[in-house]
Amino acid sequence: MTETLSPPPPPPLSAASPERVTGDRAHHLEEALLPPLVALLIALIAGDALILIFGQSPGPVYRLLLEGTWGNWYGFGQVLYKATTLAFTGLAISLGLRAGLFNIGAEGQLAAGGFGAAITGLLLPASVPSMVVAVLAMAAAAGGGGVVGWVPGALKARFGAHEVITTIMLNFIVLALLNWIVAAHVHVPETLHTPEMHGGSLARLADISARFHGSAANLTILLALAAAVLTGWWLFRTRAGYDLRAAGLQPDAAEYGGIRVRSVWVRAMMMSGAIAGLGGVNYVLGYKHYYEEGFAGGSGFLGIAVALVGRNHPLGVVLAALFFATLSQGGLAIHALVPKQMVEVLQGIVILAVAAAVPEVRRLLQATRREDER
Amino acid sequence: MTDSRTGSPAVAMRGIDKRFGAVRANRGASLEVTTGEIHALVGENGAGKSTLMRILAGIYAPDAGTVEVSGRDVTGWSTAQSISAGVGMVHQHFMLVPPLTIAENVVLGREPKRGLSVDMARAVLEVQGIAEQFGFDVDPRRCVKELSVGEAQRVEILKTLFRGARILILDEPTAVLSPPEVRDLWRVLRRLRDGGGTILLITHKLDEVIEVSDHITVMRQGRTIDRMATAGTTPGEIARAMVGRDVALVQDVMQPDRRELSHPLADLSDTPYVLGVRDLVVSAANRARAVDGVSFTVAPGEILGVAGVEGNGQTELIEALAGLRPVVSGAIELRAADGARRDITSLPVSERGELGVAHIPEDRHRRGLVLDYSVADNLILGSQRRFTRGLVLDAARIAANAREKTRAFDIRPSDPSLAARTLSGGNQQKVVIAREMGSDFRVLLAAQPTRGVDVGAIEFIHAQLRAAREKGKAVLLVSAELTEILALADRIAVMYRGRIVSILARTDASQEILGPLMTGAGADGVSAA
Amino acid sequence: MRVIDFLTQTIRIAIPYLFAAAGGVIAERSGVVSLALEGFMLSGAFTAALGAYFSGNVWTGVLCGIAGGLLFGLIHAVASIRYRADQIVVGIAINLLVVGLTRFFLRLAFESSSNSPRIAGLDTHGGLGHPLIWIGLLVIPVLTWVVYRTPFGLRVRAAGEHPEAAATLGVTVSRIRYVAVAVSGMLAGLGGTYLALDQHQFTDGMTAGRGFIALAAVIFGRWDPMRAGLACLLFAAAETLQIQLQGTQAIPSQFVQMIPYALTIVALAGVVGRSTAPAALGRAD
Repeated sequence: MTETLSPPPPPPLSAASPERVTGDRAHHLEEALLPPLVALLIALIAGDALILIFGQSPGPVYRLLLEGTWGNWYGFGQVLYKATTLAFTGLAISLGLRAGLFNIGAEGQLAAGGFGAAITGLLLPASVPSMVVAVLAMAAAAGGGGVVGWVPGALKARFGAHEVITTIMLNFIVLALLNWIVAAHVHVPETLHTPEMHGGSLARLADISARFHGSAANLTILLALAAAVLTGWWLFRTRAGYDLRAAGLQPDAAEYGGIRVRSVWVRAMMMSGAIAGLGGVNYVLGYKHYYEEGFAGGSGFLGIAVALVGRNHPLGVVLAALFFATLSQGGLAIHALVPKQMVEVLQGIVILAVAAAVPEVRRLLQATRREDER
Repeated sequence: MTDSRTGSPAVAMRGIDKRFGAVRANRGASLEVTTGEIHALVGENGAGKSTLMRILAGIYAPDAGTVEVSGRDVTGWSTAQSISAGVGMVHQHFMLVPPLTIAENVVLGREPKRGLSVDMARAVLEVQGIAEQFGFDVDPRRCVKELSVGEAQRVEILKTLFRGARILILDEPTAVLSPPEVRDLWRVLRRLRDGGGTILLITHKLDEVIEVSDHITVMRQGRTIDRMATAGTTPGEIARAMVGRDVALVQDVMQPDRRELSHPLADLSDTPYVLGVRDLVVSAANRARAVDGVSFTVAPGEILGVAGVEGNGQTELIEALAGLRPVVSGAIELRAADGARRDITSLPVSERGELGVAHIPEDRHRRGLVLDYSVADNLILGSQRRFTRGLVLDAARIAANAREKTRAFDIRPSDPSLAARTLSGGNQQKVVIAREMGSDFRVLLAAQPTRGVDVGAIEFIHAQLRAAREKGKAVLLVSAELTEILALADRIAVMYRGRIVSILARTDASQEILGPLMTGAGADGVSAA
Repeated sequence: MRVIDFLTQTIRIAIPYLFAAAGGVIAERSGVVSLALEGFMLSGAFTAALGAYFSGNVWTGVLCGIAGGLLFGLIHAVASIRYRADQIVVGIAINLLVVGLTRFFLRLAFESSSNSPRIAGLDTHGGLGHPLIWIGLLVIPVLTWVVYRTPFGLRVRAAGEHPEAAATLGVTVSRIRYVAVAVSGMLAGLGGTYLALDQHQFTDGMTAGRGFIALAAVIFGRWDPMRAGLACLLFAAAETLQIQLQGTQAIPSQFVQMIPYALTIVALAGVVGRSTAPAALGRAD
């Protein structure tokens, strides 16, 4: 199964000399960008069809979608807020894919991270400075997600249990476990959430600029950008990243190069889980200040789409997170004309189309390249 | 049966071209096989024999040329068509579904039915009937995964016979068989021929050709070189046709070294060795003792060649020495520069590397290179720990290393930022060699170092191996090419079925002496004709 | 009486699992990863409700439910076989897609964001007196026969274990897989149909992870129809127990919910009898 799970070959980020490499680079870029573009086109056509089915015309709907997202500060803030969580889960999944592992457990890891942060904020006495609470809660978020990620990594390394199945199953287990803890021990009566934290909340963008008033966007966005930069640095600049990518691309060659592939798996899953867990900070520290059942709301699964469309590159992931967040928020904006669920359909179509277009585009490009050589 | 003198030949292939990407597997190849004969298709590795047969079996369509079976033009037919026309192929790698029973494997795709279901009782009876007819002793209800290699091969033959094959193609059928199993196979093939069947045998073992075939077609570099009757020819003639005169270039490259051997056999026991292997046992997925108690030493300034038919434990031996495969029992020892012995039997790959073990793996695409990494990044694979500044890879030193190695080893194109995938086979191998031999090492494990590279690269690689010997390195060379072993090695160890059956000084060895040893003649007393 | 009640309720809960797990077994045995069972079920539930509502006839609903599952089964097959898309990604995409589509068309057809109006359904008064239930109980024995006794089943097993070997014998592996995945969509769609008819309506997200429980049953049952069927009954029994113990607070319901998933992980880790997938599972060709 691993064969098909390995991620598409990434564009190389090694030091490049200018001229000779341009052809090679251009091919890589083409191979990386073409599938998302094809997918976007297909999604647009499907979107038109849905809009027409609902008796509206596409033009006004798309205009509304853009105005409601990038056209005003509140909408833009909401896009940023949603993109922040998606950036974390997308980064988490793409890090796993770089190591040749498909982490479908981001949903549970995200929840565990949010829970860890909320509980830390709850357990620390009110006298602890808010700054310290925030840092400790973030560490707890990474720790919570990391532990949930570690389990399937260790099961794969030790028993060869396939991470796709174990992470799916762990999602259900973790969510059920958290629900039980919250319901049985720490919930506010009549609600599904924990009490508010004593401190550690992060400033909202609205606190800095009133124009964002009402939107949930908060400073976690900086943490997300830092995570993207760090992930990129770690993957492409460090020795450990070199080992991880080698293990993902060609496990046999990695083993030959003295890399212990199994420990790479465990480490990668743990880091992937930790990054997904950090995503919980956005909701818990940045927005509600408590853990609530179901707050992850599918961001862990959408992260798969983000990683896929972002082609497992941190920059691509950030852009893809913005794209999917725009769709999510845009759904609310167009609700007056067509059901907001239309964007969920579009998200599904984009994933399906990218998944089908990636191998197809690679095959077509290789065929044309071979023609060129003749 | 048509009369073989006057009727159409069983198989006639003319002007067959087939290329895979940049590789031209067949160029104008032809083949004519008379009905009711055993016809051997011989040639070196990569001569295009398997491709030609896969075209005949409908697995590939030829780019050019025509295929006729019993006088009918069948060019570009499908597998299903070839099967129903009575062509059956037994692949080198068995095409069996392990969890299914023998009967299920045999009838797959052509199941006898009773109502809507498979009539398994009839399937079992039919398979048993065919098996008995050809002297096979198999229980059709057994699971294929429990079978020995020899039994699995019989199931493959049964599959073709069940489909009424009149033309049977066998691709290197003896590569995995023991001598008694080989004898059984010959018996079956003769019986098939005597019953009017036509048999096409792909092989590169001359003793087999002489023993069973009626006619021989020789292929070389994708072309058909010669067709001869087996009666009245000699192994020498066939070998000459296989290697050929117009590959004199290769002959030059393969020219044995005429220098004085620095370590005559007599002295070896006294010389300090660098690599010592004692009673090594290594297991593989399908064999418990793929390496079965092997002992040898390699001295400084020596190339020890390991000759043998592929699949006799060479791969497992090298992987165990490199640390890629666990050792069941026995010991591997490395002697440091100061003469101190170091037991490396269970050290991880990276530590062996640090102690000076370099390794050119037999499969550069799978192991030797990360194909999507740049040449520069590939040039540090295995020593990446030494190219760091703290946690970070030292880009400047990696670039400098890449510049130096691409120049010193003439890797083309000389741009180290290209992905290794984009290089030609020869240059990819140079990357591996530059990495493994470009820094200080004590022992070199070279497995099939010239496989699939062009003549120029072969010459270069051989020069590198000789240079390493001059510098006093210990080299263990595993090669399927006897000519390569004879050209480079100071001593030659012959492996057969996981054991070293003989170690000879180069001066005592020749193709004629090694050939029988490689097929187990020395060990089991089997005649190699 | 309590024993009879328990068994009856267990079977009623098990029916959708049995349908979906049967679909999972056939698809995975042919070599295609079955993460979209949840989506197939949900689409089947929706189209069944649609058909039953507009025709007022249960059996029209059943046919529509099968068609709904088939549609997404075919989408899965085209994407993963024709376009060689990653089967895992395709499965997840279909699950997301179906959630969105059912919600969209729920609005379009019934102008509701949560549920359909009441539809004709299974009027069994808590018993087992409906053909759909009997079909559900028969699906596993029939599947066992298909997989182990028919030419198609033999080819499915060969395609999932060693597609190259099947291909050399003239078996068209892609065609076998198309059929297997399409059948898996229809079967899982039937599972969803049962849910909608049993509850006399479609509600948003009504499958609630049942497709994944069915997948867990497939893996826990080691890809064998009989064992997978037994796993479905086991999981359903645990659920029944939890429902009947509700109020007594003996075991928190969340722990009962975890049972299928935890058992699956245990099975995969090989603690109790190693679970081995078809050798070619997930490989594009």
